[in-house]
Amino acid sequence: MTKPDVVVTGIGATTPLGGNVASTWDAMLAGRSGVSKLTQEWADQLTVKIAAQLAVEPSEVIDRVRLRRLDRSEAVALIAAAEAWADSGLADAGLDRERLGVVVGSGIGGAQTLLAQDDILEASGARRVSPHTVPMLMPNGPAAFVGLEYGAQAGVHAPTSACATGAEAVAWGLDMIRSGRADVVIAGGTEAVIHPLPIAGFASMRAMSTRNDDPERASRPWDKGRDGFVLGEGAGILILERADHAAARGARIYARLAGAGMTSDGYDIVQPHPEGTGAAKAIAKALRDADVAKADVVHVNAHATSTPVGDIAEIAALRSALGDHPVLTATKSMTGHLLGAAGALESIATILAIRDSVVPPTINLDDPDDALTMDVAAHKARPLQIAAALNNSFGFGGHNVALLFTRP
Amino acid sequence: MATREEVVTGLAEILEEVAGVNPDDVSEEKSFTEDLDVDSLSMVEVVVAAEEKFGAKIPDDEVQNLKTVGDAVSFIVANS
Repeated sequence: MTKPDVVVTGIGATTPLGGNVASTWDAMLAGRSGVSKLTQEWADQLTVKIAAQLAVEPSEVIDRVRLRRLDRSEAVALIAAAEAWADSGLADAGLDRERLGVVVGSGIGGAQTLLAQDDILEASGARRVSPHTVPMLMPNGPAAFVGLEYGAQAGVHAPTSACATGAEAVAWGLDMIRSGRADVVIAGGTEAVIHPLPIAGFASMRAMSTRNDDPERASRPWDKGRDGFVLGEGAGILILERADHAAARGARIYARLAGAGMTSDGYDIVQPHPEGTGAAKAIAKALRDADVAKADVVHVNAHATSTPVGDIAEIAALRSALGDHPVLTATKSMTGHLLGAAGALESIATILAIRDSVVPPTINLDDPDDALTMDVAAHKARPLQIAAALNNSFGFGGHNVALLFTRP
Repeated sequence: MATREEVVTGLAEILEEVAGVNPDDVSEEKSFTEDLDVDSLSMVEVVVAAEEKFGAKIPDDEVQNLKTVGDAVSFIVANS
């Protein structure tokens, strides 16, 4: 059975670099950092006092009454989905909603709601806990609110695989269309956990950068001075569509989602396999799934979060699965790490790199690690004709997802 | 002891806060669900906020009898 072609016909995002795709992409190409000092009082007691906070607050986009019934992760998912939906032109396309699916995940979910309502429970008692608590904190909440917004009836799903979630959602969206369960899927990831508890948890693992005095230089993938990731927040959403469906309505096509590969390490709950074998297998699977030759994959938007072990394990995986030729970038150097949204946002960056024939830069790569033996677009965006590009995402738990996009 | 008018004004403030209802639309004959578009979860919020504001205990099995703003006003005036 031949697999139907799947294309991307809409993209949307709200990120630490901008409130939409255009402003985010402009900031990426300019090499701007979205990381800043946390000025909230609660940050005083933390060892980590920096984060990549949203450039545009949801309250500037969503009205007050609606916002108080949404967890922040749900609000940003709705904002990114609205942009992607408008971008796709599907609103006026007479789409059969029984053929519309949603796959939107989050790494951590409605933790801000959970923690805020627990504060109320402790301080004021059970009767004061908001009746909106459960739909705000349930992990499928972002997917469900997006599905409700657009009347999706082909199935609403919420994969969760830590920092691979956004990419996994895109992979499941591809699967939904290929298997005939939907013609269009709203797919992506969302995250909003800039709150003392998640930060303290990651900090206790020694996973986060403590370069508190120099926030814009804290996220530095592959640099010798890297000391952990910087937490970011936001959402990225893609509209995936069966290619003949998109063609029939004359839709603008950004890229083909040619293939996906997913594996699990079976090695450690948080450490990546040091040789990146699971990651390499995911990349190899994506290549086979897409039927694309290694030589055509000239660009990789790497997972590269700025942690000492992970960044180098990924290089090993890329070299064994692809070879030395692709030009890499780590856009987390600018956006910070959006956890469950990262794979979706980086898919958007990968797609735009293909469209605009340019690799966005990896900032702060001043003193490359000796084990970095591949070419990185350091400091400045680099013009490059891209036939095919890969986006990697890996998550705590040993999840590996590789997505392969090609020029339409 | 609050007057009926004061309770209507207080409820209008609560309804604006939790459900975005225009205070000018709030009067005793209005139905919470049909006229003011207050859904069941928001009604729970209204009840809890009203208990706090007026010092009245509104039992859960009483809430279903509070169809209109006037019903709520009568209950609160009688029980606060």
